[in-house]
Amino acid sequence: MTPALWVNQISKSYGELLALNDVSLQIEQGEFFGLLGPNGAGKTTLISILAGLCRADTGTVKVMGTNVQTDFRLARRLLGVVPQELVFDPFFTVREALHFQSGYFGLRNNEDWIDEIMANLDLTSKANSNMRTLSGGMKRRVLVAQALVHRPPVIVLDEPTAGVDVELRQSLWQFVSRLNQDGHTIVLTTHYLEEAEALCQRIAMLKQGQIVALDTTANLLNRYGVSAKSGSAEVDLEDVFVNIMARDLV
Amino acid sequence: MKSIAIAYGSGFPTLLYKEVLRFYKVSFQTVAAPVLTAILYLLIFGQVLQGKVLVYERISYIAFLVPGLVMMSLLQNAFANTSSSLIQSKIMGNLIFVLLAPLSSFEFYAAYVIAAIVRGIAVASGVLLITIWFVPPSFEYPLWIVVFALLSAAILGGMGLIAGIWADKYDQLAAFQNFVIMPATMLSGVFYSLHSLPAVWQTVSHFNPFFYMIDGFRFGFFGVSDVSPWISLIIVAGFFITVSALALRLLQTGFKLRY
Repeated sequence: MTPALWVNQISKSYGELLALNDVSLQIEQGEFFGLLGPNGAGKTTLISILAGLCRADTGTVKVMGTNVQTDFRLARRLLGVVPQELVFDPFFTVREALHFQSGYFGLRNNEDWIDEIMANLDLTSKANSNMRTLSGGMKRRVLVAQALVHRPPVIVLDEPTAGVDVELRQSLWQFVSRLNQDGHTIVLTTHYLEEAEALCQRIAMLKQGQIVALDTTANLLNRYGVSAKSGSAEVDLEDVFVNIMARDLV
Repeated sequence: MKSIAIAYGSGFPTLLYKEVLRFYKVSFQTVAAPVLTAILYLLIFGQVLQGKVLVYERISYIAFLVPGLVMMSLLQNAFANTSSSLIQSKIMGNLIFVLLAPLSSFEFYAAYVIAAIVRGIAVASGVLLITIWFVPPSFEYPLWIVVFALLSAAILGGMGLIAGIWADKYDQLAAFQNFVIMPATMLSGVFYSLHSLPAVWQTVSHFNPFFYMIDGFRFGFFGVSDVSPWISLIIVAGFFITVSALALRLLQTGFKLRY
């Protein structure tokens, strides 16, 4: 089966800063995949390359077998991205924002699906509210809705729960888990490691632009957790993360 | 979310509609205010200089002024539309929604520039309609009016796109507007004929492409111009091609948009 995401030997520099250094990974269709790392590790740069927001210096990225540079139209239709920043267009209402996002992808008469997404994200009551008037949590929901409006099979969430209250976090994860159960591939970056541990089947950890760990969540806990804590104390992903990040790069 | 067969079209119509709706929602600021400014110019310069300046025979100064003011409003507002939309989207961060979409560089360019043309024509039409109250209109060659209006609005829309892509902050955009666009439009023959200038300034004016936009446009109204409308058309068309090529090149390379 064609992988949902195929990242092959990607490097990217910003001047002197090497943001990504020969990164390769493959994410299978239907996976719930976690991309973890400290600030500045290169997670957002990698997502930006997947989404066509920035260009890799070397290497190839494919979404569902489609090259994001040479066949960008199809690749972008296959990918939905929830950006990290809480961005919005202050001129428009929630419904207009979703209608425009749908139209940018060339979808007309998509109102039924827009209504369904809004209902799932508890946005229906705010459909005709201007984006400026929404709370931070509501704006975050709209960002998720915008990423889903063109029904992409691969969904990337870049720190979607940053600054979000517990209630929204839980409802968001329920919704995203349902999407994953329906067959969508989910790629998640987050600093909430307990969320990653609970949701992600596999995890990659980035440090200074390099992948320093890539395995199933269970294997990571078994392999790195033992050396992180001695005795019978329960090990969690945070222990594993701290352990891995403390090691020197090879 | 169930997967279903989806028929995708172009994102261009939606981006164009969004860009038009963006200025329409604040039309008091984007259309009514520039119309009022142009009318103030007409009242002040027209009334003060009427009878004292004769540019062309049989044409009053206030009548001469009208096409220049209409074109000046069109140019400045076409530029303002693309440049302000882009810089706002860049600074607010919401340009990401367009950059994530499967839009080609040409679709992006066309949507922004056509929206600029729509705003330019809307403001120009408003100015023209109100000036009818001051001076009877004369439309000797309507086709020339339409051709120069569309080409000029497209050029300034394209320049606004370039400025919006290049500028990182409002200050840089204001510099472009105040030190390039404003002098070029004000010194292009809006308020005077080239023949009323000293020889050296006549020569300088010939290097200002905005002069040809206004002169050709004015020919459509009166059938009289400082240079042949065909020469103006060639120069304006060449300028349009140059600006469009540069704007498209910036979009294709992702200059300051896709890092």
